Amino acid sequence: MRTQTTDKPVISLGATAGPVQRRLSMPMRYAMNALLVLAFLLVGNLLVDGGVITRYQTTVLEQVGIYIIMAVSLNVATGYLGQLPLGHAGFMSVGGYACAIFLMRLEPVFGVGARDFVTGSPAALALLVLALLFGGAVAAVCGIIIGVPALRLKGDYLAIITLGFAEIIRVVMQNVDAVLGFELTGGAKGLTGIPSYTNFVNTFAVVAVSLFVIHALMKSRHGRAILAIRDNEVAAEASGVNVTYYKTLAFVASAFFAGVGGGLYAGCVGVMAPAKFGFMKSIEILVMVVLGGMGSMIGSVLSATVLTILPEALRAFSDYRMVAYAVVLILVMIFRPQGLLGSYDFSLSRWVENALNGRLPWKDAPVAADPGDHDAKEANVHA
Amino acid sequence: MPKEGRMSVPTGGDGTSPSADAVGAQGGPRRGRSVLVQMETPNLIPERDLGSLPVLQAERLGIDFGGLTAVDDFSIALGRTEISGIIGPNGAGKTTIFNLLTNVYKPTRGTILLDGVDTANKSMVQVNKMGIARTFQNIRLFDKMTVAENVLVGFTNAMSSSLVADILRLPSHWRQEEEFRDRTLSLLDIFGMRGLADETAGNLPYGAQRRLEILRALATQPKVLLLDEPAAGMNPNETEELMSNIQLIRDEFQIAILLIEHDMQLVSGVCEGVAVLDYGKIISKGTPEEIQNDPRVIEAYLGKQVGVR
Repeated sequence: MRTQTTDKPVISLGATAGPVQRRLSMPMRYAMNALLVLAFLLVGNLLVDGGVITRYQTTVLEQVGIYIIMAVSLNVATGYLGQLPLGHAGFMSVGGYACAIFLMRLEPVFGVGARDFVTGSPAALALLVLALLFGGAVAAVCGIIIGVPALRLKGDYLAIITLGFAEIIRVVMQNVDAVLGFELTGGAKGLTGIPSYTNFVNTFAVVAVSLFVIHALMKSRHGRAILAIRDNEVAAEASGVNVTYYKTLAFVASAFFAGVGGGLYAGCVGVMAPAKFGFMKSIEILVMVVLGGMGSMIGSVLSATVLTILPEALRAFSDYRMVAYAVVLILVMIFRPQGLLGSYDFSLSRWVENALNGRLPWKDAPVAADPGDHDAKEANVHA
Repeated sequence: MPKEGRMSVPTGGDGTSPSADAVGAQGGPRRGRSVLVQMETPNLIPERDLGSLPVLQAERLGIDFGGLTAVDDFSIALGRTEISGIIGPNGAGKTTIFNLLTNVYKPTRGTILLDGVDTANKSMVQVNKMGIARTFQNIRLFDKMTVAENVLVGFTNAMSSSLVADILRLPSHWRQEEEFRDRTLSLLDIFGMRGLADETAGNLPYGAQRRLEILRALATQPKVLLLDEPAAGMNPNETEELMSNIQLIRDEFQIAILLIEHDMQLVSGVCEGVAVLDYGKIISKGTPEEIQNDPRVIEAYLGKQVGVR
C-alpha cells in the first residue's frame, strides 16, 4: 500500500496531548498478573491445607472454578460471538465422560492409582493433563459437528438446534451401553468409580490457563474478527472476515473449554449421570453469563462465583433458597439489564497505570463498582 | 466470458504494461476535467487509464428478483485511477449494483471482471481479497469496538500471525500487532482521526463514522473502492471536505473509486464520469456536464414536459 510514510509513530495508545502518561511495559504487565495469580493460588492453597477451609467448602471452591470455566467458555459464544447456544451442558457432559473414561481406561496402562493424583506424581499429572485435553478435544469435535450446520442459522433457530443437540447427547449417554453392549458410560445409573482427581490446585491452574487462553484469543486478530461478526456480520464479511470460519472457531473454542470444565467436574463429583446435564444445567450456565454481563470476562467469573456459592450458602433456608435466587435474578434484570458489569472488563495493568498517572478511583466517579479493587492493591504491594 | 471481456479493452493494450501506468501517474490524476475516450463497449474511461486494463468491468449485468428486473443491461468500465459516480432517482437500483459488484447478490445475467478476473461464484470475502472494498448507505461499523479496532478488522487478511502464535503470545504476535497498530494510526491520519483511535466507534459523530467506514474499507487494500452515499447526512462544509478527501485517497493509493450519491455538488465536483440509472438501466453516461444537460436525465428526475418534445 502506498501510504505516505510519515515518521514512524511511537506506539502511544491515547496519543492525546497533555502531560506524559506513564505506561507499563508488556513484561511488567505479565509479571504483575502472574504475581496476582500466584498470590491467589498460594493463599488459597494455604487455607485449604491449613484446614481453615473445610473439605465441604473446598468442594464448593472447586465447583466455583468449574463453573467459572463453563461461564467464561459460554461467554465466548454468547458475549463475543453474539450467538445464543443453549446446549452448553451437552459439551460439558461429553467432555466429562470422555475425560473420565479416558482416565479410567488408561490408569492401569500407566500404572497410576487414584491416590497418585493427590500426591501429584508426574505420571498422574501427565495423564490428567492428557485426559482433560482429550475431554476438551472430544467436546470440540462435537462443537464442529454441531456448529457447522447450526451456525448457518441465527438467533432462536440456533438456540433450538443446540438445545436439541444437548438432549441428544443426554439420551445417547443414557443408552449407549444398552444398545452397543459396551461398558462405557454406565447408562442411566451413571458412570461411577471415577478417581477424584480434581483438587483445589489443579482446578485453579486450569481456570487460570483457560482464562489466559481465551483472553489471548480475544485480544488478537482472530478475536477482533469474532467481535466484528457480533457487531455487524455483513460489514465483517465485506471487510474480508471469513465469517463461517470465525463463527466455527469461536463455537469450537467455547465447546473445547466446556469439555475441559466437564472433565474437572467428573473428577470433582466422582459420578457422571446423564440426568445431571439436562436443559436446566445449560440455562444455569447461561444465567451466569447474562447476569455477569455478556462479553465481560470478569463479569462471568464473578457471577459464576456468586451463583455457585449462593445456593450453597442459602442451604440453611433450603425451602426458600430457590425463591431468593429467583428474586436476585429478577432484580438484576430490572435494574441492570445489561448484566452486573455490562461489558466492563477488569485490567490490573490499566488500574495500576491509572494510579501511576494520579487518576485514582476515589478522585472522580468510580469506574463501576470495581470488584477487583482489593486484588489490585494486593498486587501493588507485590509489584 | 473472460475472453469477451478482454476484447473490450482498447486495442494495442497489453493491459498491464507498466509504461502506460507510469503515464497515468505522471499525467497526474489531478483536479480538473479529464478527457473521456469512447471504447468499443459503450464504456468510458479517462484518457490516462487507457493503456491499462480497466480495473473493474461489468458486462451487461442484470438481476431479477422474482418477476421484477431490478438491474438490466448494466455495463461499465472503471479505469485504474478513475473516480466515477452512479446517480439516479430513488429505487433506480444503485445499491443493488453495489451488492452485485461485491457478490452480495448473484447476478442473473452478465459478467463482472475485476482486473480481468471473473468474480462469478466467489464469496464476498474472496471478492474483497481480490480488491473490492465498500462502504454502506446505512453506516455499518463495529459499534462496540474502538476506532482503531475497526480499522484493524479491515487489516485481518493482511495480518498473517497464526492462531497458535497469537494465543501463546510469541514475539511474532507482538511484532505484528505493533506494525499494524502503526499502519492503523497512519491511516487514521488521513482524516485526522488519530486522536480518536481509542474511542468507541458507536460514540463517534455521524460524519466521523462515515469517514471511519471509508478507512476500514481502505485497510483491506482494495483496487476499487465503492462508496454508497458517502455524503449522506453531511453539511456542505463536510461535503466539501469529503470531496477533497476522496481525491486525496485516489491520489495517495492510486485506486479507482465508484460512488453512489444524490448530492450533485459532490458528483460534479469529483466524478470524472457519471452513469445515470433509472429503473435499473443506464439511461445516460458521460461527464457531469454532459449528464446535466441530457434531456433523458432531466426527464428521469423531473418528468416529461407536456407538449414539448
